[in-house]
Amino acid sequence: MVKIKTSEELIKSHKKFASELDMKFHCEEGKRAIVVCGGTGCLSSNSHDLLLRLQELIKENGLEDRVTANIVGCFGFCSQGPFVKIFPEETLYTKVKVEDAEEIIQKDIIGGEVVERLLFIDPQSKQRVAKQHEINFYKLQKRDIALKGNAEINPEDINEAIGQGAFLALNKALHMSRQEVITEVLNSGLRGRGGAGFPTGRKWQFAYDVQSDEKYVVCNGDEGDPGAFMDRSIIEGNPINVIEGMMIEAYAIGAKNGYFYIRAEYPIAVNRLKNAIKQCEELGLLGDNILGTDFSFRCHIRLGAGAFVCGEETALLNSIEGQRGMPRPRPPFPAVKGLWGKPSVINNVETLANVPFILLHGAKEYAAIGTERSKGTKVFALGGKVNNVGLVEVPMGITLRQLIFDIGGGIPNGKKFKAIQTGGPSGGCLTEKDLDTPIDYDNLVAAGSMMGSGGAIVMDEDNCMVDVAKFYMTFICDESCGKCSPCRIGTKRCLEILTKITDGKGTMEDLEELKNLANVIKSNSLCGLGQTAPNPILSTMNAFYDEYVAHIVDKKCPAHVCKTLMQYKIIEEKCVGCGMCARNCPANTIVKTDIVPVGKNPSLPLRVHRIDPSNCVKCGLCQSNCRFGAVIKD
Amino acid sequence: MALVNIKIEGQAYQVESGLTILEAARKCGYNIPSLCAFNNGKCSRASCRVCLVEVKGARGLVASCVYPVAEGMEITISSQKATEARRASVELILSNHHKNCLQCEKNGHCELLEVSKLVGARDHMYEGEQTPSTLDTLAPGLIRDTSKCILCGRCIERCKEAQGISILGFENRGFKTIVSPVGNRSFATSPCIQCGQCVNVCPTGALMEHSEIDKVDAAMKAGKKVIVQTAPAVRAAIAEEFGERIGTPGTGKMVAALHRLGFYRVFDTNFAADLTIMEEAHELMMRIKNKGVLPQITSCSPGWINYLEYYYPEVIPHVSSCKSPHMMMGAIIKSYFAKTHEIDPNDIFVVSIMPCIAKKYERQREEMPNDVDAVLTTRELAKLIKRNGINWARLPEEEFDDDLLGEYSGAGVIFGVTGGVMEAALRTAYYWLTGKEHEKIAFESVRGLEGVKEASLDINGTVIKVAVTSGMSNAKKLLDDVKAGKSDYAFIEIMGCPGGCINGGGQPFVKPLFLPNEDDNILETYKAKRASVLYSEDERQVVRQSHNNKDIQKLYKEFLGEPGSEIAEELLHTTYNANREKFPDVK
Repeated sequence: MVKIKTSEELIKSHKKFASELDMKFHCEEGKRAIVVCGGTGCLSSNSHDLLLRLQELIKENGLEDRVTANIVGCFGFCSQGPFVKIFPEETLYTKVKVEDAEEIIQKDIIGGEVVERLLFIDPQSKQRVAKQHEINFYKLQKRDIALKGNAEINPEDINEAIGQGAFLALNKALHMSRQEVITEVLNSGLRGRGGAGFPTGRKWQFAYDVQSDEKYVVCNGDEGDPGAFMDRSIIEGNPINVIEGMMIEAYAIGAKNGYFYIRAEYPIAVNRLKNAIKQCEELGLLGDNILGTDFSFRCHIRLGAGAFVCGEETALLNSIEGQRGMPRPRPPFPAVKGLWGKPSVINNVETLANVPFILLHGAKEYAAIGTERSKGTKVFALGGKVNNVGLVEVPMGITLRQLIFDIGGGIPNGKKFKAIQTGGPSGGCLTEKDLDTPIDYDNLVAAGSMMGSGGAIVMDEDNCMVDVAKFYMTFICDESCGKCSPCRIGTKRCLEILTKITDGKGTMEDLEELKNLANVIKSNSLCGLGQTAPNPILSTMNAFYDEYVAHIVDKKCPAHVCKTLMQYKIIEEKCVGCGMCARNCPANTIVKTDIVPVGKNPSLPLRVHRIDPSNCVKCGLCQSNCRFGAVIKD
Repeated sequence: MALVNIKIEGQAYQVESGLTILEAARKCGYNIPSLCAFNNGKCSRASCRVCLVEVKGARGLVASCVYPVAEGMEITISSQKATEARRASVELILSNHHKNCLQCEKNGHCELLEVSKLVGARDHMYEGEQTPSTLDTLAPGLIRDTSKCILCGRCIERCKEAQGISILGFENRGFKTIVSPVGNRSFATSPCIQCGQCVNVCPTGALMEHSEIDKVDAAMKAGKKVIVQTAPAVRAAIAEEFGERIGTPGTGKMVAALHRLGFYRVFDTNFAADLTIMEEAHELMMRIKNKGVLPQITSCSPGWINYLEYYYPEVIPHVSSCKSPHMMMGAIIKSYFAKTHEIDPNDIFVVSIMPCIAKKYERQREEMPNDVDAVLTTRELAKLIKRNGINWARLPEEEFDDDLLGEYSGAGVIFGVTGGVMEAALRTAYYWLTGKEHEKIAFESVRGLEGVKEASLDINGTVIKVAVTSGMSNAKKLLDDVKAGKSDYAFIEIMGCPGGCINGGGQPFVKPLFLPNEDDNILETYKAKRASVLYSEDERQVVRQSHNNKDIQKLYKEFLGEPGSEIAEELLHTTYNANREKFPDVK
């Protein structure tokens, strides 16, 4: 590779590759470009084989000189993957299998006809939609800041990133003073995307103000919330963008080395990042005297073994140093005494991915997006009981209703929306009354949850909120590092009480103790994770107190989730006496009564069945095997 | 140091900047209950969450053990929020603690119990499942019972700081977290040197010495002639166990108590310390004379010997082959003493009262299995005295038994403190090499509690360089030089515990929580205070040099011949294991 040694060379290179990219997206007459989703979700659904098959078919059909097929990052609409997108028409095919490649090539590429059956079907209108931007899921999104380039460029080819404008922001920053860069970020209003929402510029300023021979920048890619995959997709889709963000940060605070801390469970992200760092080094964009300036910088990758607590910045620093991942007391803050005792700034992947936009387009343009105190966009991993599951990037200030019903396409199977859990294990549940709240850091906190890193799990009427609290508590208990006593012991005690309640053995005193304990953990714990650990309990108790009471007083689980408090019953009037339930019952606990089913001839051997609850293991096979809807949960 | 103005409970104070709130509060007369903090209130962990206080303007409660004071800070200790929070933290810890306080070996010294009282912890709060626990009793020196552990992390830090070997660490995660050697192995199957520094800082009964009181009881009951010997450092600290201030000499009363406990003879290990000097100084002179392996390194401390075998086996040729003094004493009692008194050595049971728990391991080494039969720590001796109803305050001062092995020199006394063995050896070596006593008996340059001390001695124009160190973190640098052949010392003294035996793993606990009458800085001064007991006793001795000990001279004349003789080699010297496995299989 030819090194890019100066600003001029960078701009020259950018122009060259930008026109190549442009050619790809707006093909010349007769030319086509196929891109295949290369995110973890789609790759695990064989999108790599699909890509190989497409390339093979292009060859077989002699189309090499006018059709290309490449991998891109993540389309975000994970429930519909793998995706194949055809340029210049921008036709988007969903749930494409390897076997479908032939038809795409024959019918679309050669025949010029859209393959109808592979188009997305809108869950509400039931209509097929051909183009990406016409799909509701994408309509309200703004996927060009943190997810910039994600479904457009090949994440393994630095030239495409340069073509899209990578390093232009860095180039601009390098021509500004370090303080000017920090001020720009401060003015943009960018806040940390990892959870707490601390103003990024202020963090940088602290580290900038400390005198030291060595400073470090650290990128926190230890994404641990259940169901969250924002950071993974950002790195997988456009690793260069994150590296550039880190470089700008390093220049601003005066660091020469940066560490990416990424979970080892993210092999694709790790490999693409490694590859990107290597390509940057080959081009001279990482190393000494970057773009001919005094700025020298190197990137290192450290893999996390998957402990949730290592997402806590001081535990993460310990882990990088090779120590057990346990949080450090603060003060001293990392900006003063961080990695190896040197001033360090730890920023989340998504935060860094925002930085190039801010520098390139200016704080003003960035700050125009969002609400008064929360600027820019936020990436959410939308999941749970929602039609359109996937990764979304939306401007701050959009309402939960828009997120769940417009982008998310509403709740499947006509069920009723109950709650949305945001902020992961540290967050809380928001309900119907919060649906029209504009999403920003402060509103979510005021509503009893938090932004967190961006996990958003939708729940419907079939979710038991006590069980949800128990799920998160089990997670926290498993993942507590064990250092401080309130979190280590307190969360265990909370889980014990919750288990008691879901087992129908709880008392109203337990409920009081649970609340008390939750508040103790909140006020006494050492780190942010401990201090927020009881949030799932407090927020569900706050919004769904009745459900707790139902478990305790009525010994009922209103959502029929807690097995001890629920039983299967056969409705006499609906039972036709076919015996399917009894035949499928593994516990042999369904018996035939003497009652003749409604409308059946008594001379037939059909008799109403009944479940003897004493031996029932509550597997639900009777319900799933009954064709008459006679088995219900009670 | 700059001063800052703070307010505690609304009262204005001026304190040094850089202090934690806990330290500052102590100086201003407030004791904030805390568990994980030691070292006078500076902590690097803040993990127990007991010392929480309110600071005006801070987000939530702050841990006073790590939070630095700042100008204008307003601290509230007594608010309802803070007192309830402290109590809740303790109650949570108690809910996962094996509360058999009545039988607990730490009873009377348990900081958790004391802090529970201070915060007003209520009974049966937050009861629930207990963390799966491990009881490790395999090691001769110490016992680990994780059911009592509160995971404060003091032991982990102490092991790392004092010995630099980090045997202990956290294992597992969350509620299952325990403190243990790697892989939850036993101390016996890990490269732990069994120095017991961890025991000294443990706030609860999670780490304790492996008691041998029962063995002594059984020997007494079986009618054996139970002979006791006490190490020099024991007298420097035993009085603390009976409420006396640190630095109070306890020699006479200790001897009186031992007499009342029914021991057949009460001897002073100092006699054997003198004997050690005779052998060790002789060995040194032979090495110098015969151009043997130098520097020679002392071998009195079994903690250090463990470290040597595990981590520096290459250095073994440098280490004196002398047994440690109490082992020599045992060997002489069972040979010379037994022979002279016509007692069957099998009827003799030798008990060593030691400031050390590594000695419990040492007496079981296969190189010298029969010299000593039981080792009790200073703390165990105090327990024995209390158990037998002896009132320390009323005890008279008595003398050690003067029976063949009775006399000891001032040189023997100072074995109990870092630099003491070196000083004792120099007194004798100087005499042997020059034929006259050094005009200044005290070699001040090897005294003091610094990590590494150096001195040189001019002997008839030949300058001998020596070095003294204690604690393996300090010794490491010297040992690396020895290993690399870069060391120009002739003689090095190494003791396992920082400060030497006066700070051994078997000494009375120094915990400010239980020492209301000591100075604020007692954790910084206790070693010097204990050392001063030994240096004053040295000064009071008529005989100050080992070679002038009349009983020693008699022993050589009647029994051993001369230092380094065949019989001396057999009884007083040992060998070391260069192939000691760090992680042997569990037997």
